[in-house]
Amino acid sequence: MTEVKRRRRARGGGGDGAPVVPDAKFSSYYGRPVLKAAPWEKDIPAYLFLGGLAAGSSLLAAGADVTNRPALRRSGRLGALGAITLSLAALVHDLGKPSRFLNMLRVAKPTSPMSMGTWILSLYGPAAGVAGAAELVALAPRWIDRLLPRWARWLLTVLSTPAGLSAAAIAPAVASYTSVLLADTATPSWHEARRELPFVFVGSAAAASGGLGLLAAPLAEAGPARRLAVTGAVAELAVSSRMERSMGLAAEPLHQGTAGTLIRASRALTATGALGALAGSRSRVVSAISGAALLAGSACTRFGIFEAGQASARDPKYTVVPQRNRIDAAQ
Amino acid sequence: MTELFGPDPSVASSAGWADPPPRKGFFTDTSVCIGCKACEVACKEWNGVPDDGFNLLGSSYDNTGALGASTWRHVAFIEQPRRSGNEQQFFSELPVGPSATDALNRAGDAALSGDRSALGTNTEAVAIQAVPPTELPESGEPRDEIRWLMSSDVCKHCTHAACLDVCPTGSLFRTEFGTVVVQDDICNGCGYCIPACPFGVIDRRTGDPGTKNVGIAQKCTLCYDRLESGHLPACAQACPTESIQFGDLDELRVRAQARVDALHEAGVSSARLYLDDPNDGIGGAGAFFLLQDDPEVYGLPPDPVVTTRDLPQMWQQAGLAAVSLLAGAVAAFVGRKR
Ligand code: SF4
Repeated sequence: MTEVKRRRRARGGGGDGAPVVPDAKFSSYYGRPVLKAAPWEKDIPAYLFLGGLAAGSSLLAAGADVTNRPALRRSGRLGALGAITLSLAALVHDLGKPSRFLNMLRVAKPTSPMSMGTWILSLYGPAAGVAGAAELVALAPRWIDRLLPRWARWLLTVLSTPAGLSAAAIAPAVASYTSVLLADTATPSWHEARRELPFVFVGSAAAASGGLGLLAAPLAEAGPARRLAVTGAVAELAVSSRMERSMGLAAEPLHQGTAGTLIRASRALTATGALGALAGSRSRVVSAISGAALLAGSACTRFGIFEAGQASARDPKYTVVPQRNRIDAAQ
Repeated sequence: MTELFGPDPSVASSAGWADPPPRKGFFTDTSVCIGCKACEVACKEWNGVPDDGFNLLGSSYDNTGALGASTWRHVAFIEQPRRSGNEQQFFSELPVGPSATDALNRAGDAALSGDRSALGTNTEAVAIQAVPPTELPESGEPRDEIRWLMSSDVCKHCTHAACLDVCPTGSLFRTEFGTVVVQDDICNGCGYCIPACPFGVIDRRTGDPGTKNVGIAQKCTLCYDRLESGHLPACAQACPTESIQFGDLDELRVRAQARVDALHEAGVSSARLYLDDPNDGIGGAGAFFLLQDDPEVYGLPPDPVVTTRDLPQMWQQAGLAAVSLLAGAVAAFVGRKR
């Protein structure tokens, strides 16, 4: 048994004799973690980012379709198709037995966010796929065009709007369920974020997809992307700080190590991107750069939250101290 | 339909078994554990569990580290300069000076490098460096207070098992005995059960492609095959001191209470039951323990709560967030030209 004492420097304390917060003293078994961290690689945070990007892009594309903004529609549908294809590849790649991927469809279990997510993606994927394929075919050079039977072209054209609208209808679920995927674990920094994390994730999805719209669509059509991006970024930043306040000790890993670096980068990129998007409504270049910053910011948010959770599972402090405090408070 | 939280007197019926046998479980009485590790060995032998590395971990006699995909029983060793109860110490020549345990533990600790969270699962990730020299304490007054806590840890077979709740393939299931078992031929290795378990029990097996069940989630089955043919689980059969007791859960709980009372009478005031209470955060465990110190001293969470208790709240928040996103997207298009 080892009694671990940790000293933390109080934040904001100045000078040499910086005040020290009281020792967080707790017992552990030779300092070993109580929990196991998820065995997930970078695939999963990449999926969190791409899933959000796809969802927001489908929403923008549907709106653009209805309001007659063809360039914004095209970038949205193509963005959604690309992002969802990559995310499915990431999901399968992360399995211990990729060949058994389809076992996910054996059951539909509301107690398993991953099961629900699989079904949500099974509905969303084909819809976003058809809408994206219609855009691809329209862009393709003539010789590829000729390879497609005429009825297939016709079918894609007819189906593109209903498919795009269906994708948009399911998209909000695609963007928000991933927060439950993380929160429904014993991992302290994910579980303790459960109240606000869905809002952080949809904000991040809106910022990323708005960012893609700003990057890809001409100024004349980019208005909705700009508004979605700015709203999303502001929501993400505001809810994140609220989330950190409600997480207690489990907020600490968000400020340390790799996670800390990523979260700081995400704040900076998201804030700069949002300001740039607001200021640059007359400049194609400023809009595009802001869009890229928002995309990068969203990716950093997902990787940062992912890493913070992993760090919180690897250190017994985040498991033991809050539980011990709970017992002491009840007595 | 199973509830997500609270007591459940018949887990097997809630899971859909008609007329199940009484719920089975383990009562691990750590006060009689002698640390022989017969349970670790018997478990590996019977279940054909591959080796989990041959390491010297520098943590007393524990060279296993933690439960994992290839470690379904784990014996913890804790040395404390403390007396258990009213017992006579039977050293003929008492050790002198302060205990060297802490210094040795620290040296052992410093010798470990790499990803320790992989201990017991992927020991290649943990490297053992040369153990640094330790300053052993000077001799002093004779010391007559020492106790050694040993405890054989195992999957808790929770009443509300987070691993089972979150499993997206239905590979993890509740048996007719009320235990929680992975179906090896269905698991696709998604890994979700691993961060879900509040005890860090279940893990995905790593190793060469030829390794049995590599890439899928593995843990104690409470010897499902042996139970079906009326045998004791291998660990309980092998335990020479009956520290691991197997039986009907209701009966084990009564026996455990009697044992704590007897220990308290013998002056072992630190004896307490862990995970025996159906009103706790996991609805009580199928495998519960008699401990002699706080759970965290043994590497166990002091007040575990099944994550799915909060799932309705999480889905509700996610629903609200989804609606907000939809509203935000609609608002982005409404009213303005550009
Ligand atoms: S201890 Fe962990 S692996 Fe065992 S039943 Fe409970 S949640 Fe599942």
